[in-house]
Amino acid sequence: MKKGLLLGLIVVIAVIGFMMMRGEKAPEAPVVEEPVAEGEVIRIGVYLPLTGQMAMGGQLELDGIKMAQVEMPEVLGRKVELFVVDNKSDKVESANAVKRLIEKEQVVAVIGTYGSSLAMAGGEVAESAGIPMVGTSCTNPLVTQGKKYIFRVCFIDPLQGAGAATYANKVLGAKKAALLIDVANDYSVGLAGFFEKSFLKLGGEIVSKLNYNSGDQDFTAQLTEIISKSPDILFVPSYFAEGAIIMKQAQELGVTFQIMGGDAMDNPQIVEIGGDAVEGFVHTTFPYDPSMKDMNPVAQKFTDNWKKNRTDDPNVNAALGYESYMILLDAITRAGNTDPEAVTAALAATKDFAGVTGLTTINASHDAEKPIGIVEIKEGKKLYIATIAPEL
Amino acid sequence: MSLAMFVQHLFNALTLGSLYALIAIGYTMVYGILRLINFAHGEIFMMGAYFVFWGVTLFHLPWPIAVIGAILVTSMAGIMVDRVAYKPLRNAPRISALISSIGVSFFLQNFAIVVFSAIPRAVQRPDWLVKVIVIDKIRILPLTLVFPVLSFILMMGLLYVVYRTKPGLGMRAISKDIETSRLMGVPVNRIIAITFGMGSALAAASGIMWALRYPQLQPVMGVIPGFKAFIAAVFGGIGSIQGAVIGGLVLGFIEIMIVAFLPTLAGYRDAFAFVLLIIILLIMPTGLMGEKLEDKV
Repeated sequence: MKKGLLLGLIVVIAVIGFMMMRGEKAPEAPVVEEPVAEGEVIRIGVYLPLTGQMAMGGQLELDGIKMAQVEMPEVLGRKVELFVVDNKSDKVESANAVKRLIEKEQVVAVIGTYGSSLAMAGGEVAESAGIPMVGTSCTNPLVTQGKKYIFRVCFIDPLQGAGAATYANKVLGAKKAALLIDVANDYSVGLAGFFEKSFLKLGGEIVSKLNYNSGDQDFTAQLTEIISKSPDILFVPSYFAEGAIIMKQAQELGVTFQIMGGDAMDNPQIVEIGGDAVEGFVHTTFPYDPSMKDMNPVAQKFTDNWKKNRTDDPNVNAALGYESYMILLDAITRAGNTDPEAVTAALAATKDFAGVTGLTTINASHDAEKPIGIVEIKEGKKLYIATIAPEL
Repeated sequence: MSLAMFVQHLFNALTLGSLYALIAIGYTMVYGILRLINFAHGEIFMMGAYFVFWGVTLFHLPWPIAVIGAILVTSMAGIMVDRVAYKPLRNAPRISALISSIGVSFFLQNFAIVVFSAIPRAVQRPDWLVKVIVIDKIRILPLTLVFPVLSFILMMGLLYVVYRTKPGLGMRAISKDIETSRLMGVPVNRIIAITFGMGSALAAASGIMWALRYPQLQPVMGVIPGFKAFIAAVFGGIGSIQGAVIGGLVLGFIEIMIVAFLPTLAGYRDAFAFVLLIIILLIMPTGLMGEKLEDKV
């Protein structure tokens, strides 16, 4: 009997080994390269969701960060080394990842992460260790609120919610809105709240506000209820994978009203999963998309460089990954050394940094102030249709 | 609530409920015979869905062949899981096999993340299954009508195998007492392998149906449905095949109707469903159709 077990295990391990050797897209394992003498390299930690529910966004941000490192491999005459840890789209893993980066890898700064709830969990650890952290696309205000060492290169949800509400009300002329919210997700609850506040302020009405839980796949009951209230617009602040399934079910139930979402919908995969059900879908995002007209020179260079090495289009997550690395290195340059306190002070003083998403200034609450981009899915393609200043 | 809307909710509930029932049948069958709660069921379910996706997109197989192929491959995988993870523990306390099944569940999930990658995949569905039928204001997918029929057919087929065939006789004997069955000449290991093969085939079938309804593949897609189906199986009386079907349908109806009648509580629908479940189990500890517990003499 023991022999059978052993044989079985060998077969299983051999199969895995074979699969991995064939170069299937294996998720990035924590990168541990050969140790280099202290003081020579600058150690920067990266924690992102490379597996799990938010993997697509995390992978793209990592690609952006790596591209930035290729373009700018040195700062202060010293080589930069990245230490990448997967936070598995999980809050507990996020905290562990940051702890590991700081304690084991001895990094001087941390970049990450996609997902506000993940950034909050990781941020707590960085804050108490006194290591500066630069968030990529975590938009919930709580991520940096009251924190000394936590920054981000994206705008925050009050602004985004107001942007979405302004677009819905002023441009689309929507008077009645419905909301479908993931109650187990900080980002979703936050963004929905800010949308509601701004939409009411603009004179609109919320006719229905329904919840679901992360991991749910059946939304027919909620959608049937929402249809009965006949809103002009449905705002779904979810991640793209759920968003695509929600829109599929909405199409099957005969929904005719406009559906809108937030920056977490900004992913090339949404069209592939959603098919014709996502046609006409509109979402807010950061002011960068390869389809936008009048790109700034940095964005143009970023887009060209990306397309040089890859067949797919860059998206805003890759841009924000790229930007977070560049802004961090800019701060290290201005600080003149890698002392966490000096880097933190330099990050806080970032002003008019010319990046892919335009000029970035870090404000008093450690957020980057940016206008809101609007993207529409047209004929199976993402189309950047407008940049708007929200009415707060 | 208008009548049309209520009927729409009814159809939504029927769809969800019969999907739960489909998954629960496999869960309950393995338990009924081996007294093992196979927590890896949700992962077998996920693999079945992925195999069909591969068959259709990579090998360009026609749908029926891809489905049959995937079910066969998945049941082989199920038998292999039994050999590697459960067979060595046949004489160990029952809790060891349970823990082993949790291990298998995590292993298969991570295996899928490595091999299939964590990126969600789209599922191409045959057009005739998703062409919406519109009756007045009610909209029904042809799929919706397939699920309950399929659940019923599988239930009847399984009951036939268990009560009318020779391997079924062996299964029932094993469920009473493995050692005595062995002494009476029942090929225990072969019967158990058949049980796992059938259980995995059922998991694959339900995984494929799930992917047709919610057209997205992810390595973790089996976790929540597996969990819900386990609840449905317990609710119906674990070990009872008819109970699993009824349990699945009831759970689906509860979930949809809570949102339909109490929309503001939609976010707590799982909590409500489980509270109801606890109440029912307090009144009927063996579930709706469970066997009466009898002390062995």
